[in-house]
Amino acid sequence: MSGTLRTVIVRLSQAIPVILGVVVVSFVLTRALPGDPAVYFAGMAADENSIAETRTALGLDKPMAQQFLVYAGDVLAGDLGQSLSTGQPVLQDLMTRLPASLELTLTALVLSCLIAIPLGILAATRPGSVADHLCRVLVTAGVSLPTFFTGVVLIYVFYYLLGVAPSPVGRLDFIYIEPDRITGFYLIDAALVGDWETWGAAAKQLILPAITLSLFTLAPLARMTRAAMLSALSSDYIRTARAAGLTESKVLYAYAFRNALLPVVTTLGMVFSFTLGANVLVEKVFAWPGIGSYAVEALVVSDYAAVQGFVLAMALLFVALNLIIDLTYTLIDPRIGFETR
Amino acid sequence: MIKDTSRRNFLKGAGATALSAGVLPFLKVLPAAAAGKDVIVSVTGRTINSLDLHRTGTNRPSYQVAVNVYDRLVSFGTKTLEDGSLSYDYSVIEPEAAESWEISDDGMALVFKLRPEGKFHDGSPIIAQDVKWSFDRAVSVGGFPTVQMKAGSLESPEQFEVVDDYTFKINLLRQSKLTLPDLAVPVPMIINSKVAMEHATEDDPWAMEYLHKTPAGSGAFKVAAWKPGEQLVYERNEAWTSGPVPEIKRVVIREIPSSSTRRALLERGDVDLSFDMPNKDAKELSEFEDITVTTTPVENAIYCLCPNLSFEPFKDKRVRQAIAWAVPYEEVFQTSAYGRGAPMWGGSSTTPQDIAWPQKFPYATDLEKAKALLEEAGYGDGFEVPLSIDLSQSDWMEPAALLIQENLAKIGITATIEKIPGANWRTASLVEKRLPLHLETFGGWLNYPCYYFFWAYQEGHLFNSSNYRNEEIETLTPETLHMPVDDPDYAVKIKRMIEIAWDEVPRIALWQPAVNVGTRDVDGYEYWFHRQLDARGLKKA
Repeated sequence: MSGTLRTVIVRLSQAIPVILGVVVVSFVLTRALPGDPAVYFAGMAADENSIAETRTALGLDKPMAQQFLVYAGDVLAGDLGQSLSTGQPVLQDLMTRLPASLELTLTALVLSCLIAIPLGILAATRPGSVADHLCRVLVTAGVSLPTFFTGVVLIYVFYYLLGVAPSPVGRLDFIYIEPDRITGFYLIDAALVGDWETWGAAAKQLILPAITLSLFTLAPLARMTRAAMLSALSSDYIRTARAAGLTESKVLYAYAFRNALLPVVTTLGMVFSFTLGANVLVEKVFAWPGIGSYAVEALVVSDYAAVQGFVLAMALLFVALNLIIDLTYTLIDPRIGFETR
Repeated sequence: MIKDTSRRNFLKGAGATALSAGVLPFLKVLPAAAAGKDVIVSVTGRTINSLDLHRTGTNRPSYQVAVNVYDRLVSFGTKTLEDGSLSYDYSVIEPEAAESWEISDDGMALVFKLRPEGKFHDGSPIIAQDVKWSFDRAVSVGGFPTVQMKAGSLESPEQFEVVDDYTFKINLLRQSKLTLPDLAVPVPMIINSKVAMEHATEDDPWAMEYLHKTPAGSGAFKVAAWKPGEQLVYERNEAWTSGPVPEIKRVVIREIPSSSTRRALLERGDVDLSFDMPNKDAKELSEFEDITVTTTPVENAIYCLCPNLSFEPFKDKRVRQAIAWAVPYEEVFQTSAYGRGAPMWGGSSTTPQDIAWPQKFPYATDLEKAKALLEEAGYGDGFEVPLSIDLSQSDWMEPAALLIQENLAKIGITATIEKIPGANWRTASLVEKRLPLHLETFGGWLNYPCYYFFWAYQEGHLFNSSNYRNEEIETLTPETLHMPVDDPDYAVKIKRMIEIAWDEVPRIALWQPAVNVGTRDVDGYEYWFHRQLDARGLKKA
């Protein structure tokens, strides 16, 4: 156990230069973008004076190096600055929007794992069967249908035509009041205070966007499960296990699947990190107040602080995610030990 | 702070003010459409990013908070347009927080009498000190509010004088017709200075941080909840003293970025009002029986094609005229605007008959004429030019640019379309004015032709992205800017200015844009020059 703890500490300390690099790069890159936030935020009828005033108010009249020092100092103090486009502190924006994105992405991933992994196993054990073909169709569809398209179609069918889905207005319908903030995840917060009515409403709002996203994330997972299972099933140890007369389910789940799980977990991590930042279109279609649309809107108007905050938050998240995935490896395959390296 | 309204506080607040306990469970379970006659749910695609208009970085959609939550000294009247819809009336100034006003004998001061019964949301009286503090703030904070105040010749705190608690005096720098209307725009809102000053600090003497999140006004609505990026909830001020208390108890402004989702919500009847709909949806939804689409042309605004006079071929007036004759106006209007708005081409005479602005430019699509003019100017073989558009307005700019490009090719001009990212657009087009041929969208808040010319035709001014300079315009514009409209000279001079603008065409008018609002069983929507939702007059049919 102490070995694991040491691994965690070593890995976290290794992440420090990465984070420092991210801080510098995001600062430089945002300033390299075309666009002048002072002009943009000076408003409609701004003249040169008011643009200059805005520039001073934003601290953009100072030399770059000085701006960076100010920024770095603020970040160390836990202040990510003020977003111009939302008018809120960036930290607060991230705290409200990150849980929204995470709630959606995690639900979608759970959903797609529940479908993709059994489907992948089924397809691998019975190649050429109906299940295999179904898997192929789903994978192709998932990859080739853009998420905003699936989203709009789902809204059209289930909300507009059939009227069974709730109105796609974000995390909660207007008639509900958001649960007291504990974690920022509406499902968890509502469950913690036992407000099942709000929980149900939040869950209902989640269904369509989660299905949309999971259709998209399902493809790589199912494909990877199938491929990994196929290669595991054709390996020597499976033949040995079969020869030794083990039951088919023991062979399949205890030997083949456990070995096939490593690449699947790797893919899962990649898909998760990718979806979290890239589900802008789903967020837009379902008015989901997530982090993807936040970042894109900030980029469009050169909202430096918000972009930098987003990049930093994502970097931290990925460091944590990689760590969790590495630790999961050791659980799945005890031969992998990081402390020995 | 309002934003993190917890359920408990929300209920407490609601019980204490507007919502009786009996209304609430019913609000919680029924869809918006059935939520009774006193709640309106409105959707919009834009984010409200501040509750304080004076703050640096406050965006346009946030101006509606200044309208609904704050009062001004005066307001504009209301008129019914030809199509039966309502519009503000710029020719009528009505009392709001002020009860009456008069102009001093020498004409160099405006004296306002405040309503003795006037109350802020916290119950304290609206007094002249509050007005002075608010006006001082607007002219001192810099940026947009200061520029807008300046348009009404309101430039420094010394101009604002407290005579007694209920008498407020503005000393004028010059007599100008723009001063009184400029007091009715959202900027000179009256802030509860006692509350604001409690939260002012040495670094923040104007309480920018506090008012950004917590309004302190006297308007028809209070802000019940605000979650940037999600929604804003107005709650009626039962004790509004500056006008009749609104019929609607609550207005929910919900942000839905995707226009197709907004449309589905309105079609299904889950929302009552969709503000600023895309032209395409407006056109298609206007055929629905139970949805009313109100399309109001934006006063004093034109979508233009601007040739930049800093670049060689456009220095020649004949080249600009040639382009004006080459634009496929009708197609552009139908494709880019789906026919919503007002045509600005095909005027019959090259001399204006009246001082209406904008009015139809005397150009139409005539490629022969265009070719002849180019020939005459020595560009018979054509030339190459980039045609710049703003990516964030690509919904109408892109189709318009493609159609213009096609017709320019027919007269030998090779235009390549250059797409500029939204963040860079203002810098490139308006500040640096470095785009040879581009599309532009200026609209003036104060509805006078001279005001439009001031911003868009005078050299060096922000919206003159064509780098245009004409000596006569340079003299006539400042002369007419402050002149009363009923001065006999005014019409003569304005007509001359319009004539020059038509002849020299540094700005080629395409069409007058419109604001589309879709409603379901909602009456009382009123168009305002600020193009934001005024919730005060809304009622459910």
